[in-house]
Amino acid sequence: MKGALLIGSVLTTLFVAAALVSLIWLPHDIARVDIGARLMPASLAHPLGTDHFGRDLLSMLMAGARTSIAVALVAVGIGLFAGVPLGLWAAANRGTWLDEVIMRGNDVIFAFPSLVIAILITAVFGPSALNAILAIGIFNIPVFARVARGGALPLWTLDYVMAARVAGKGKVLISAQHILPNITNLLIVQATIQFSLGILAEAALSYVGLGAQPPTASWGRMLSDAQTMIYTEPHLTVLPGLAIVLMVLGLNLLGDGLRDQLDPRLRRVRL
Amino acid sequence: MTVPLVNITDLSLRIHGTPILRDVDLAIAPGQVTGLVGESGSGKSMTALALMGLLPKGSQTTGAADLDGTNLLTLAERAWLNIRGNDIAMIFQEPMTALNPVHPIGAQIAETLRLHGAPRAEAACIARDRLDRVGLEGVALDRYPHQLSGGQRQRVCIAMAIARRPRLLIADEPTTALDVTTQAQILDLLHDLVRDDGMALLLITHDLGVVAQMADHVAVMQTGAIVEAGPTEALFRAHRHPYTRDLLHASQPPPRPARKVADTPVLQARDVTRRYGAATAVDRVSFALHRGESLGLVGESGCGKSTLTRALLGLEPVQGGQITLMGRPGGTAMTPTDRARISVVFQDPYGSFNPRWPVAKLITEPFHLTGRPDDARSRAEAALTKVGLAPSDMDKYPHEFSGGQRQRIAIARALITRPDVLVLDEAVSALDVRVRAQVLDLLADLQTRLGLSYLFISHDLTVIRAVCDRALVMQAGQIVEQGPIHQIFDAPQTPYTQTLIAAAPTIPAPWLRKEETTP
Repeated sequence: MKGALLIGSVLTTLFVAAALVSLIWLPHDIARVDIGARLMPASLAHPLGTDHFGRDLLSMLMAGARTSIAVALVAVGIGLFAGVPLGLWAAANRGTWLDEVIMRGNDVIFAFPSLVIAILITAVFGPSALNAILAIGIFNIPVFARVARGGALPLWTLDYVMAARVAGKGKVLISAQHILPNITNLLIVQATIQFSLGILAEAALSYVGLGAQPPTASWGRMLSDAQTMIYTEPHLTVLPGLAIVLMVLGLNLLGDGLRDQLDPRLRRVRL
Repeated sequence: MTVPLVNITDLSLRIHGTPILRDVDLAIAPGQVTGLVGESGSGKSMTALALMGLLPKGSQTTGAADLDGTNLLTLAERAWLNIRGNDIAMIFQEPMTALNPVHPIGAQIAETLRLHGAPRAEAACIARDRLDRVGLEGVALDRYPHQLSGGQRQRVCIAMAIARRPRLLIADEPTTALDVTTQAQILDLLHDLVRDDGMALLLITHDLGVVAQMADHVAVMQTGAIVEAGPTEALFRAHRHPYTRDLLHASQPPPRPARKVADTPVLQARDVTRRYGAATAVDRVSFALHRGESLGLVGESGCGKSTLTRALLGLEPVQGGQITLMGRPGGTAMTPTDRARISVVFQDPYGSFNPRWPVAKLITEPFHLTGRPDDARSRAEAALTKVGLAPSDMDKYPHEFSGGQRQRIAIARALITRPDVLVLDEAVSALDVRVRAQVLDLLADLQTRLGLSYLFISHDLTVIRAVCDRALVMQAGQIVEQGPIHQIFDAPQTPYTQTLIAAAPTIPAPWLRKEETTP
């Protein structure tokens, strides 16, 4: 479906653009508390109003996008850089004890409830954005390892891999030159899905106070801060909630759309 | 000719505006086999799908396909449900994927019957009867597809197709995926069904030998049109249409004349044994390949020829025996320089290349063994020219080439390190006969010019006979017979070789003109 790809990319671009702009410019300083300007309604100076500390809501949302995206991006990066080589290596040594060790190790990580472990890590090492990244990133490793191995296995039976073996190439070289380029589609799609899950996980950790600490803005903490005022000032909860929903929806649509675009088999079916 | 069961007149087909079939006329008579031959992409399968109402989306047809006074081409989907299975049924090429692996075969045969309202017990009873009919008396209904051999699975497919006693059975390359001996049995079965039950059979195939043996009538298709049709023997004898002549000529390459080859062995195997656990895939195999010689390796699937090939290429260790290449230790003991002396061309022209690499990079990959020479690019260009491609093809990607061209690229890649031995692993099996003939010519020419030795692995005896000086016959991991090509074919010694040669479908020699039987 072309629509999914379009809506997904528009939503994603919107949030990424907001995050990038927030790096150099914000409408208002979000670190400064101005009790005098608390809970202001929408105005020209504050398009979305202010929160209970008098901080500009739009600026908070923009900075929150930056935190979410940064955390999720690095977490996906950890998963990619550790998980993909592991998966490729397991596939190259399929059927041997190495494959078993790698994949059973993955199963062990899979067996733990990820959010509980994330809470454990941040509880032990203290809550911070960095620890949230680590916690989310670790659980991305087995996901990418599985996808990489699953994509690589059928390729290893193809004649061009056989030809490369006849040309004297070893497992590392074949994995890098022949296998990896032919599973990038799978990895890109999986990365967008993990990215959206990462944003959800970051929001959840921040919501319980184990993610990014003040004054760093975070959608999850905006939610928890505002929840006591949900009846009096509903927009303070609705807006960060909506931001999370739209960002995750956008990424999922983008992932689905990319899958359809990049997988020639699916494309042919739609013909 | 009797009154046809199905009469196709002026059938034209466009898919998304692209013309696929043009004015196809074909009459299918009951109790007879109608052969439809042609190369890939000629429209044979599309004609069959039109008869089943299974054309892809975006198809527009004109003309008529008449069955009992109804035009099949204008039927609504609901009306098709009564025709498919009831009047017309179909079997496909690949028995491995035509059956659902999670259902027992009895249930799959009974499914068609149940759909048409038969009670469960009756359906099971008929399913049993049909299985007996296709020669699977000893096979229980609760077997699963994976418990059966390829030939048995194709029999189950046939049992499914004839479950409701259709009047027309369409068989699309029904034996292409099978071994020759299995193919002979399946063809016999189809022939019996036509003769005993008065069924009409539309046999679609690329193999003229199969058609010559099976069909009463033949239609020859080329690029979406029938170029010639008629009673089989008359059509073969007449050689009227140039395309039919070409096909015949290409499908019957002349046997290789006996020639003298030097007695210098380049590749030798002595008592080579490869075991997987308790199973022995290759059992004490010995042979020698001499300089400038073409040695055939024939055998059915599972006989161990692929395992032997991988061992010779040094991709798999052996548990016993010795491989020698150019007087040096072969197999896994080869150094990179030794490995450059032996190279390989695989069967599948589509799976042989990394789709993301340009030709220049693909064919220079074997330089990994020798270190990339300074003149790599010019050597790649030379290799391309040698196999009949243009140096300008260097920067194209594999998908821009046809199957035959891809096999040429594969040969160029195999030649780039200037090897002594070329292993051709079913290298022409996936090609159409005319393209196959061209590639075989190229191989023969390269052999004379470069003094190459070929190990030619194939299940296709016609090809082996056309290109090889000697042949090895392999069965259950062992070489059961070896000798000069004329001896293997004209006076086979062992019963297995005799069966193999008798099973291969051939065009009767008197049907061919002089120029097709002798070079």
